[in-house]
Amino acid sequence: MKKRSIIPGFGLTFGVTVTYLSLIVLLPLSLLVWNTASLTFTDFLKAVTSTQVLASYRLTFGASFFAALINAVFGFIAAWTLVRYRFPGRRILDALIDMPFAMPTAVSGIALTTIYASTGWVGSWFDRFGIQSAYSPLGVLIALTFIGLPFVVRTLQPTLEELDKEVEEAAESLGASRFQTFWRVILPSVWPALITGFTLAFARALGEYGSVVFISGNIPFETEITSLMIVAKLEQYDYAGATAISVVMLSVSFVLMLIINLSQYYARRVGR
Amino acid sequence: MKNKTTRWSDRVIPILMITLTLLFVSLFLIIPLISIFTEAFRQGTRAYLESFKDEYAWSAIRLTLITAGIAVPMNVVFGVMAAWCITKFQFRGKNILITLIDLPFAISPVIAGLIFVLAFGQRTALGAWLIDHDIKIIFAAPGIVLATVFVTFPFVARELIPLMQEQGTLEEEAAVSLGAGGWSIFWRVTLPNIKWGLLYGLILCNARAMGEFGAVSVVSGHIRGETNTVPLYIETLYAGYSTVAAFSMATLLAGLAIITLIAKSIVEWKVKRGRRNTET
Repeated sequence: MKKRSIIPGFGLTFGVTVTYLSLIVLLPLSLLVWNTASLTFTDFLKAVTSTQVLASYRLTFGASFFAALINAVFGFIAAWTLVRYRFPGRRILDALIDMPFAMPTAVSGIALTTIYASTGWVGSWFDRFGIQSAYSPLGVLIALTFIGLPFVVRTLQPTLEELDKEVEEAAESLGASRFQTFWRVILPSVWPALITGFTLAFARALGEYGSVVFISGNIPFETEITSLMIVAKLEQYDYAGATAISVVMLSVSFVLMLIINLSQYYARRVGR
Repeated sequence: MKNKTTRWSDRVIPILMITLTLLFVSLFLIIPLISIFTEAFRQGTRAYLESFKDEYAWSAIRLTLITAGIAVPMNVVFGVMAAWCITKFQFRGKNILITLIDLPFAISPVIAGLIFVLAFGQRTALGAWLIDHDIKIIFAAPGIVLATVFVTFPFVARELIPLMQEQGTLEEEAAVSLGAGGWSIFWRVTLPNIKWGLLYGLILCNARAMGEFGAVSVVSGHIRGETNTVPLYIETLYAGYSTVAAFSMATLLAGLAIITLIAKSIVEWKVKRGRRNTET
């Protein structure tokens, strides 16, 4: 397996890659761990379990979970529509899906706030039913749904394209209903991709800041997300507190990254 | 009878799916996009243009251009080198290297900012030394550049690695056997093959570099006219109820995002066509 390549440049490119990576990413990141190590365990615990921070976890994890769930359902519908049907405007729609990646979060934040505020285009419609969309936990959910939208669609699209239409036709010719075909034939072959997309959207939502802080209104104990708590601690020069909360969130991100890698590995094995 | 119901659902399900997709995309993508421009022009073109007469607007634009001007070339050079190293050679620990390159994507922007505040803040030996020598990194432009480099770090490498993996090493090996050196292989063989992917990685990297908010917000200190980038200035304006000015500035970044999306479609089309040409 180990074959010496005759192409030049290994020493240079490997050296530059590792050095750059160490200086820009690994060294600063290790300082975060170093800073946490200087905290006593009780201080650490106190910082990460204060009632205000606990409320922020509840909101962040809850809203991220439901946003990823909404994206799993509508992302599936969108991916299916884009792969299976031909209609005018499909290409534009397909390109638009990546907008949350390309649009700066601050711009998305103020745009979403404006339209979901009680005077906005969509918010006024919610208002008629007595629902406050901006400056409420619902606003956080809206922003996080926006930010996670591309993940499910983009992970599902290649899987759906590979899906054999003949298998579905065979199922139907054997008397399966639409629902049965979906449940027994389509879903089992796309669920690894669906889970990957869900987890990616969830992970992204947990760390999101820019698009949420405008629409949430940042009401203490009610609409404060965990990223905001980190910023708030920093603004009070409580570096230890900010570091402690960051370590909690970072650990969660790494666990999710591990799950994503494992599910992709599993998906590749199922694919074979 | 059975046949009839199948036909009925054949017609209804696509319409239902397309409608749901359009509804979802409109609520979350199309309406917000349109609103940026209608809000910016709410008080007419003159008010829109007036927003750009502000000197703080120009200093924010300047800082954003400088930041991207440094961060993007750095990450392009790094991305190409990393992709070359990963796709042209076999070595132990390759998967770990790929995971580490992706790391900034898994880290919340706010935490990315925090690690630089911790590294260069006055509490560390390095930070104290910097203060003694009157060098400002945090709450100054260098910190903004560093944080931007960090968050945009994986874009180019990530775009190039799958592309170069797919292309393999045969062409480069042929060039070596014909006596070509490393540089000429890169410029004449590899670069023409990866140019579209590289361009797209560069555009994505640039869009993020100009638009980054969370990480930059933590390290900037928000000094008007000094450490405000365009996204931070948008926040300042919006928080100060200068809605029209905020959205006017936002149109610049929204335009950039639209260009990015168009570029993506073109590059995807080029890559697909290139693949078809090599197959036939």
